[in-house]
Amino acid sequence: MITFDGIGKRYANQTQALEGINLSVGDGEIIAILGGSGCGKSTLLRLASGLDQPTAGTVALDGTAIREPHPAIGMVFQEPRLLPWLKISDNASFGLAGLDEATRRERVKRVLDRIGLGGYGDAWPRELSGGQAQRVAIARALVPQPKVLLLDEPFSALDPFTRASLQEALLSLWAAQKPTLVIVTHDIEEAIVLADRIAVMRPSPGRIFTEIKVDLPRPRARLSDEFIALERRILAALDGSLSEAGGERKSYGVDEAAAAAAHWW
Amino acid sequence: MSGAGSTPRAANVSGSAYLGLLLPVALAVLWEAAVALGLVSGRLMPPPSRIAATLYDLARDGDLFVHIGATLWRVALGFVLGTVAGTLIGALAGYSAVVRRIVDPTLQGLRAVPSIAWVPLFILWLGIFEESKVTLIAVGVFFPVYLGVMGAFASVDRKIVEVGRMFRLKGLALVRRILLPAILPAYVIALRSGLGLGWMFVVAAEFMGASEGLGYLLVDGQQLGKPDQIIAAILTFAVLGKLTDYLLVMAFAPFLRWQDSFASSQ
Repeated sequence: MITFDGIGKRYANQTQALEGINLSVGDGEIIAILGGSGCGKSTLLRLASGLDQPTAGTVALDGTAIREPHPAIGMVFQEPRLLPWLKISDNASFGLAGLDEATRRERVKRVLDRIGLGGYGDAWPRELSGGQAQRVAIARALVPQPKVLLLDEPFSALDPFTRASLQEALLSLWAAQKPTLVIVTHDIEEAIVLADRIAVMRPSPGRIFTEIKVDLPRPRARLSDEFIALERRILAALDGSLSEAGGERKSYGVDEAAAAAAHWW
Repeated sequence: MSGAGSTPRAANVSGSAYLGLLLPVALAVLWEAAVALGLVSGRLMPPPSRIAATLYDLARDGDLFVHIGATLWRVALGFVLGTVAGTLIGALAGYSAVVRRIVDPTLQGLRAVPSIAWVPLFILWLGIFEESKVTLIAVGVFFPVYLGVMGAFASVDRKIVEVGRMFRLKGLALVRRILLPAILPAYVIALRSGLGLGWMFVVAAEFMGASEGLGYLLVDGQQLGKPDQIIAAILTFAVLGKLTDYLLVMAFAPFLRWQDSFASSQ
């Protein structure tokens, strides 16, 4: 279980990026952190990765505070960030330094097959498309079998078709290993397709505005009534989060926010 | 499309290599003809045939190889010393901002000193034999290597370094698995400019009193009025410089096959 307890982050230039974040994510759960740009959602993820440290509160994995990158926590960035001097198989096995060659090769082969890049082990990163490269980046993060995988807008740079197929690939990888997934996104549809629970953030300073459970069975049909209804509800929550951050602080629930947003539409 | 286009392109590439030979060969033929026809004397600028004959004579009695050997040895020694020092200090300065703030201003100041200005000092300190020559060459090689390595280290993409940090690489492991491969292309360029300066400085070094070496051939040719010997030495410099540069590039080529650059796509 990964817990955020009273997390605040103030940058050196005194910008308060995050304030009072409390969130806990259960083992094997998929949580989406949703919000517009500048609401601190990527900052939150970096704190969980151990690449940055919070200025208040603690992030903990099963009770252990995360102060630096942890072997049980993997990360997929917005860009693939493959190492251009390593072949695809070596990129995928980058985090497997401790294992012997045979086990390594076996694991990499299995994961490359699963992401549909079985024949690409000997290719260079420059020979891959953006979507393929991001698949390898996900494989690289999952090969060491982390308990938690953090994903920072991993599909935002891809076209809609590639995005949908990568979301599917991610879900199938998740089904095989059942790691906890924390995925930061600004794409409502993506959040609903992937997540068990969606935390909607609001900006300046970044806080969690509300949490919404997604109780739809997988695979989730994007055009079903339930899906679209949920999409509306989240959109309303996002609207509410913005209006609250902008004007006077009214405290109203999600349904009131939905009602307010409905007028606006 | 690309399959059909590859053959003409390959032909173009080899064609352009020959194209580059056109100008020097034409000039040589014209000059040879002009001298043979008595239009010019060719005393100060000897025709290609005389230069070839001089080269042949020098090669036949083995002198040329003694001179080449002496010069190559000096360049090699100076190159190795300058490269080692430039790489170490450049890496430290690139890796640590503190080290950079301490050493970089001084080194940039020293870099502004014209190479020949060191000659009297080095002779005074190290004598007129090999030590002062090799030191001068090493100084010449040091600066481009230092600058290249420092710049390359300092400009390694933070995003790539974060990948290493996510896999808990630190210190030497981070250097070996992320930083070194990342700077390699820039390092090869730094070594090549270092080698180029090494060849430049060996001439300066051999001007300051040598009894063998290609630089000695230049001075000797001037003092005895033998322009053919001077040009022979210059041509040898050109061939050796190009050859060593090529060997350097070839030595690193297997490690740079991954590069996705303008040059490699051509």
